[in-house]
Amino acid sequence: MWKTGAEIVWEMLRREGVEVVFGIPGGGIMHTYHPRQEYGIHHVLVRHEQSAAHAADGYARASGRVGVAIATSGPGATNLVTGIATAMMDSSPIVCITGQVGTSVLGTDAFQETDITGITLPITKHNYLVTDVADLAATIHDAFEIARSGRPGPVLIDLPGDVQRATTEFVPPEGRSTYVRRALPTADEEAIRRAAALIDRSHRPVILAGRGVLLSGAVEELATFANRTNTPVAVTLLGKGAFSPDHPLYLGMMGMHGHAVANHAIQNADLLIALGMRFDDRVTGVPSEYAPQARKIHIDIDASELNKRIPVDVAIHADLRPTLAQIIDRVGSTSHEPWFSETQTWRTQASTHDVLRESPNGVLPTPHVIHEIFSATGGDAVVVTDVGQAQMWTAQHYTTQCARPFLSSGGLGTMGFGLPAAIGAQFARPEDEVWVVVGDGGFQMSLHELSTLVQEDLPVRIAVINNSALGMVRQWQTLFYDGRHEATDLMNPDFTRIAEAYGIPAYRATTLDSARAAIAEAHGHDGPVLVEFEVAREGDPSHVYPMVPSGAALDAMIHSSPTAAGSSVGRPA
Amino acid sequence: MNRTLVASVADRPGVLNRVASMFRRRAFNIESLTVGHTEREGISRMTIVVDSRQTNAEKVAQHLERLVDVLHVEDITNRPAILHDLALVKVQIQDKVARSEILRIADSFQAKLVDMCPQTAIVEITGSEATIDTVVEALRAHGILEMVRTGRVAMARGETNRGTGALAPVGEQMSSAEQGGS
Repeated sequence: MWKTGAEIVWEMLRREGVEVVFGIPGGGIMHTYHPRQEYGIHHVLVRHEQSAAHAADGYARASGRVGVAIATSGPGATNLVTGIATAMMDSSPIVCITGQVGTSVLGTDAFQETDITGITLPITKHNYLVTDVADLAATIHDAFEIARSGRPGPVLIDLPGDVQRATTEFVPPEGRSTYVRRALPTADEEAIRRAAALIDRSHRPVILAGRGVLLSGAVEELATFANRTNTPVAVTLLGKGAFSPDHPLYLGMMGMHGHAVANHAIQNADLLIALGMRFDDRVTGVPSEYAPQARKIHIDIDASELNKRIPVDVAIHADLRPTLAQIIDRVGSTSHEPWFSETQTWRTQASTHDVLRESPNGVLPTPHVIHEIFSATGGDAVVVTDVGQAQMWTAQHYTTQCARPFLSSGGLGTMGFGLPAAIGAQFARPEDEVWVVVGDGGFQMSLHELSTLVQEDLPVRIAVINNSALGMVRQWQTLFYDGRHEATDLMNPDFTRIAEAYGIPAYRATTLDSARAAIAEAHGHDGPVLVEFEVAREGDPSHVYPMVPSGAALDAMIHSSPTAAGSSVGRPA
Repeated sequence: MNRTLVASVADRPGVLNRVASMFRRRAFNIESLTVGHTEREGISRMTIVVDSRQTNAEKVAQHLERLVDVLHVEDITNRPAILHDLALVKVQIQDKVARSEILRIADSFQAKLVDMCPQTAIVEITGSEATIDTVVEALRAHGILEMVRTGRVAMARGETNRGTGALAPVGEQMSSAEQGGS
């Protein structure tokens, strides 16, 4: 059967099971858009291409399937870049299809020409410039395979205009791909034996669970392993949901704004068992003082992550799920006492410092807001965050249930990620309640997508945490830059009126009572809805604690402003 | 100490760019890199030499293997291997004495005289880095006008290891080549 390049795109997307794509048309990709309707794939018209990539990413994270973004050549393609880099850092499988000028004028600086394969080389898992329509079907097939296999990541396909228009005999590429799937790496017996021996000999072990646990489908194995060895579990930001938060072994989130118990346990451990995580600098603090007494076992599907920042004793390059199952068979059942009891004591002690116990005192602390959202949704919502203080508070206080999605830009820390990612997540899980928590800064990097919400009638609940500042940077300025608030105070519009202008009902909360009422309204509402929470810009309630200052050891956490505590904190190196 | 990596890569446009871009981004310092065709159609071979005092060769190999177009990487540093470089050296011919002296140097190191003009000669040397360095030193007295070196190419002796777990192009042509296992 003869098809045009444009038809092959949709035919292949349909064969890949794609139901929805996110994009914006333009001169360089119009030909591809033209036959879409005949293929029954829904197109979501976002308002900026960056949102197309973030929405595809959010879709991928919430569904476990490949998300798709489409953009035109030149500025359309370059606008995808931040979204692609975000997906790359967090191992999210997306396929981006961009229009390109015709092959006859490639390289001549033609109108809206840009070298997008060159630009995205270091931020894609792989990319293609297709110059012959005969290669197109196999290329799309491979792109999906590469995006979702092994350590997932973004793949870009650049399609010149004449390739979109050219016709060729369409042959389904199944089974005759240019590539065979790179076999998933497996652990060798010796490594398993050494890991099991270290685990059996340890007295104070801690499991570090990252996003790899979720990507490998190893949630059950992790629970079995932790239970069998009675080993406490700390999670990374993107590992939230890898372990049940109600389990006595759960320590919470590790790292810069992690739970004190988790960081304390890591620093006192004699063995770290790192599963599908990458010892990011936000997770370890200064490497030389990280978990100084601990031997380390690291299992990751990406060999380049092993011994990258933190040297380990046993490095296992393997797919996590089968590897963990192998280790479970080799380790003995232990209680790890008195270590387990010690961590329980820390938990009890930490809960007395819980910020949620403090009375709001007339202001509206963000942790209380997040906790109210948690209570209203029973912890069952799909939670998406933007980046900054509101992200960290949400990570700390929205207790993500086991295997439930928590979507956040971890590696790249992309402001503007939240709202478009929530759009993608809502498409991935139409039956679920999706909440996005954004700061006033990040919201203004994405609020044009309110239009998309309305046009698609998506019931995304938007919580705008408004402190009239770029709060995280401002917090650092307060703590480490002599309190000079350079370029971080924002003069904002009335966000409720902005929402109303888009036809989105909106509420404003300034006290805990009004916050509770507004959250209940939003929870019960069927359709897009926004709540603006006016929170403090000054003083301790405006800071995220605990905090490990950049360049400090993980247990050098601060729990309140140094001025209040009478100590001083040096400027980070 | 130098470490030598041999990488099989798909012979596609932009592969060298992908590899070079990765080296730049990861701040890997490369002593030499050569690329050329192999016995298998569609597959090129890169020989990459890194100074392990500056750059972690294991990390280089791991990051190479992340690239989709890289099919297989092997560190052959500790394997018995042939490591050869090729150099072309253009030297000045001052007089007849110099001319016979240049011929003698070429002869004693099994270098070839590939061009001879009244005023200049081009000597081609193939061999280990040390051999080439020695010849170049010997020729230097005559005045080296131009020199080019290819960088190291390497091949392990004995058994061939192609890494069956690696991503490999398939299709009839490739699978028969794989089975042939030359």
